[in-house]
Amino acid sequence: MTLELKNVGRTFDGQTAVRNVSLSAGEGEIIGLLGTSGCGKSTLLRAISGLDGDYDGEIRLNGELVDGVQESAGFIFQEPRLFPWLTVLENVTFGLSGKTGDKEAKGREILRKVGLGDSENLYPKELSGGMAQRVAIARALVTSPEVLLLDEPFSALDAFTKMQLQDLLLDIWKEAGTTMVLVTHDIDEALYLCDRIVILRGRPGEIVSEINVGEPRPRPRGSTRLAELKTDILESLDLSRSR
Amino acid sequence: MVKQAISIPGTSRQTKGKANAKTAGAQKVLLGGILPLALIIVWEALSRAGVFPSYQLPAPSVILSAITGMAQDGSLWSHAGITVYRVFAGFLIGALVAVVLGSVVGFYKKAEHVLDPTIQAFRSIPSLAWVPLFILWMGIGEPSKVTMIAVGVFFPVYLNTVSGIAGVDRKLIEVGRMYGLNAYQLVTRVILPAALPSFLTGLRSGLGLGWMFVVAAELMGASQGLGYLLVVGQNTLSPETIIASIILFAVIGKLSDWILKIIEERALHYQDRAVNS
Ligand SMILES: Nc1ncnc2c1ncn2[C@@H]1O[C@H](COP(=O)(O)OP(=O)(O)O)[C@@H](O)[C@H]1O
Ligand SMILES: [Mg+2]
Repeated sequence: MTLELKNVGRTFDGQTAVRNVSLSAGEGEIIGLLGTSGCGKSTLLRAISGLDGDYDGEIRLNGELVDGVQESAGFIFQEPRLFPWLTVLENVTFGLSGKTGDKEAKGREILRKVGLGDSENLYPKELSGGMAQRVAIARALVTSPEVLLLDEPFSALDAFTKMQLQDLLLDIWKEAGTTMVLVTHDIDEALYLCDRIVILRGRPGEIVSEINVGEPRPRPRGSTRLAELKTDILESLDLSRSR
Repeated sequence: MVKQAISIPGTSRQTKGKANAKTAGAQKVLLGGILPLALIIVWEALSRAGVFPSYQLPAPSVILSAITGMAQDGSLWSHAGITVYRVFAGFLIGALVAVVLGSVVGFYKKAEHVLDPTIQAFRSIPSLAWVPLFILWMGIGEPSKVTMIAVGVFFPVYLNTVSGIAGVDRKLIEVGRMYGLNAYQLVTRVILPAALPSFLTGLRSGLGLGWMFVVAAELMGASQGLGYLLVVGQNTLSPETIIASIILFAVIGKLSDWILKIIEERALHYQDRAVNS
């Protein structure tokens, strides 16, 4: 699935949060949206998802203008956002329609994939943060979305869980070739996962640069190439000058 | 609070944890029972020694025999039965109206602007002040009493329903929207389950008020019921009747709350609560 943004902006009650964002993602590309807090990353992602229809400019999925939530888009939020009254399996199959048996079979399969094959009957209160986010990932994947939108999906997790889940995401990507837009403020994460990284800055947020990572995966986490790119990114973020 | 009441998430699934909780529960009952038991023994002793005059505070054994006497001649069952019936009917009516109005107000901003100020204004009237008016309108029979109780039950259920619905986490609603749920599906699959805890809290406090109001309604004029026994006890100078009636109120009231509490625990078993209330 391809994604195209043309001069996208969003204004809340006269306050512009983000403006003039143009970018495109090809089939199976992983695009990173990187920027300091408050520069409009989540706002952009919500516009792409169709949850927020009041943006300016054009957003197209497979050439179709986005208005309203798209069936082909999946969203993974920063928090797991599981329904506390549903079991793990019920949470995962929440968005599916059809016969219960089919739904559960599909849910179980995806739970095995995220490494929670034996936790389907637990309730969210019984899960650790990492497990809960795995369930959220499974819930987003079970509908086989063509584009996956991720809003700082691993930022609340400890460093080890984070790395595990990043690898899990890459496994899924390898298998399904899902186009992804990953919002993050973690430069290492963006460098590890993304094909291209779009850097936003300022208030209102605007694109300041775009970095092509172009390294083959899996990427060694400590490679010198990634370290060089990190320096570039830090420069374009220009943290010393922005307030 | 008592330390044993805290259930540690994660361990509660283990059978060992369950067994521990059971002995801890028994221990809690024992500990809580010491003081009342001691008080009753002291009271009995002092009554027999003649410290409390029996026409004002009869001995526990006298009260007990008053209760068993009423149980044997059947009057206890008819008095308790009619009182339970009144509370039950008033509770059903009050809760039902509250759910309907509360849902409408919770869901529709417009309805909130139209209805809520009026309902809040009525809430500021102490509900017992309605009693004479209801009796004037509906006579001294059942309708006025049931209405009275329904009014008492209405407000807590209404308020909790409204706040439960209005307080549903916007983030969960967003998840529902992301899966393309329509308005009706959002209500049934996200909003109602999310509002359930608050609604059940409302039911429990509503029932509590129902018991308060049945006393008032039966004091004002009744020919049957536990509240009527209070009046009889006062008029015939028989404190044991009054105290027996009070005890029955307490036992039946507690029992009804316990039933609701079990329903609540069943329905909300998924909740991550540290302390059971
Ligand atoms: N619903 C909203 N109403 C008003 N202002 C908003 C809303 N959502 C976001 N904003 C504003 O838009 C700006 C960007 O927010 P956000 O997209 O959440 O930033 P980021 O995700 O990059 O940290 C912030 O200044 C925020 O206050
Ligand atoms: Mg954000």
